Amino acid sequence: MAGAITNLSETTFDEEIGSATEPVLVDFWAEWCGPCKMIAPILEEIATEQSGSIRIAKVNVDEAPDLARRFEVMSIPTLILFADGQPATRIVGAKGKPQLLEELAPHL
Amino acid sequence: MSDPVSEPVSPMAASHREVVIIGSGPAGLTAAIYTARADLAPLVIEGEPSSNSDQPGGQLMLTTDVENFPGFPEGIMGPQLMTDMRAQAARFGAEIVTAKVSRVDFAERPFRIWIGDPDAAEPTHTADAVIVSTGARSVMLGLEAEQRLIGYGLSTCATCDGFFFRDQEIAVVGGGDSALEEAGFLTKFASKVTLVHRRDELRASKIMQQRAMDNPKIEFAWNSTVDDVLGESKVEGLALRDTVTDETRVLPVTGVFIAIGHRPNTDLFNGLLDMDEAGYLVTGADCSTTNVEGVFACGDVQDHTYRQAITAAGSGCMAAIDAERWLESRTD
Repeated sequence: MAGAITNLSETTFDEEIGSATEPVLVDFWAEWCGPCKMIAPILEEIATEQSGSIRIAKVNVDEAPDLARRFEVMSIPTLILFADGQPATRIVGAKGKPQLLEELAPHL
Repeated sequence: MSDPVSEPVSPMAASHREVVIIGSGPAGLTAAIYTARADLAPLVIEGEPSSNSDQPGGQLMLTTDVENFPGFPEGIMGPQLMTDMRAQAARFGAEIVTAKVSRVDFAERPFRIWIGDPDAAEPTHTADAVIVSTGARSVMLGLEAEQRLIGYGLSTCATCDGFFFRDQEIAVVGGGDSALEEAGFLTKFASKVTLVHRRDELRASKIMQQRAMDNPKIEFAWNSTVDDVLGESKVEGLALRDTVTDETRVLPVTGVFIAIGHRPNTDLFNGLLDMDEAGYLVTGADCSTTNVEGVFACGDVQDHTYRQAITAAGSGCMAAIDAERWLESRTD
C-alpha cells in the first residue's frame, strides 16, 4: 500500500531493507520516548506525501534491541535512511518537518 | 468580538486572531484553556519537535513522573500531563499548529507573526493580543565535543536514552532537581551513575537530595567541572577538573546526561520586549504585562524564581485573564 508504514523486526529487517526499490527511512523509536511520539505524525505525513520516492519503516527498540545495537543507536528518535540496502544518512533527535525534509532531500 | 479601533487598512493574506499564544507548555496551554473558554478562539503556535525542552509541550515532555502537580495523588507522567492539557485546550476551541515562530513584529497593531521564512513580506498571522509562553531550554556545556557526540552517548533526554545504557557506568552533570531526577531515573538502567557537580553541595530540594543520597547506585563527584567530553565517535569519558585543587582526572563513562540548567527562549524578542540580564522577559508586578501593551508573558520565559509546572500554569491563567480584560477595555 502506498504510504504505509511497516514495522520491522529482527527477522524481517534485512529482507525488507535489502529488497526495497526506493530509499527506506527507518525510525528507531519506543513507546516511552516523548520526542518519538511527536515526530510520528510527521513521518506519517511524509510517508503519504512522498510515497514513491521514499518508504518509512519503524523499529521499536524495546522489541528489537539487537537492531538498535547493530546500528549503534544510542539515542531515540534516530532516523537512518537506507539507500540500496546501505545506511546513507542518519538524523539523531526529533526535528520539525521542514528540517527533516531538508536533511532527506539530497538522498532522495 | 470585533475591534472597531484597528481599521482594515490593507488586504492581508495573514489570518487574524484576537489572541495568539506562542509556546505550549503548562503556561501556554493554560492560557489557551482560559482564552478559549472566554470565546477568544486562540491560536496556539506550539513549536516543533526537538529532543531538547524547546518543543511542543515544553520541558515536561522530557520528564517521567510528575509528583507535585496537584490533583494527581499517584503522580502523572509528564508527557501524559501535557497531552491532557493540549486536549483540554482543543476541547474548548483552541486551534493548535505544530510550527515554530520565526519572527514577530510588535511595533504596530495588529501584531505580526511569521512562521517559516522570516523575510517574507506578509506575516503568517496577525493578532490583537499575544501571549508569550516560549519557556526555557536546557543549557549545554558549550564544548566542541558536544556537537560531535550528541546522540552517541551524550544526551539531553534521560527518558529517551537511558534505555541504551543498561549495565553501563554513566554520568549526570548538574546539581538541581532535574539533575537528581535524571540520575535517579537512570539508575533503573545503569550500573552506576556519577553526579558531577561544580560545588560541594546540591541546590536540589531536600526530598530529591535525600533520595539521591539513599540510592546505592548514585555516586558524587563534588567540586568538579567538565573540561571536555572524551571520545571520537562515542563517549568514552569525562575530563574533570577539581575546582578546589585544580587537579584534572578522567571519569570513564559511556554516557553523559547534561542537566546544568535552563535558558529562556527569548531570542525572538530581542530588542522588542524588555528582558533582564539573563534574558528572561520582564513582566509587571503581580501581572503578566510586558513593556508592549497587548503582549503578555507567562511561564518559565519570565520566571527565574519558581520554574514549576504549577506556577507556569498559574501564570498562564493570569496572562489569559489579563489579555481578556485588555481586549475588552479596547472594544468598549
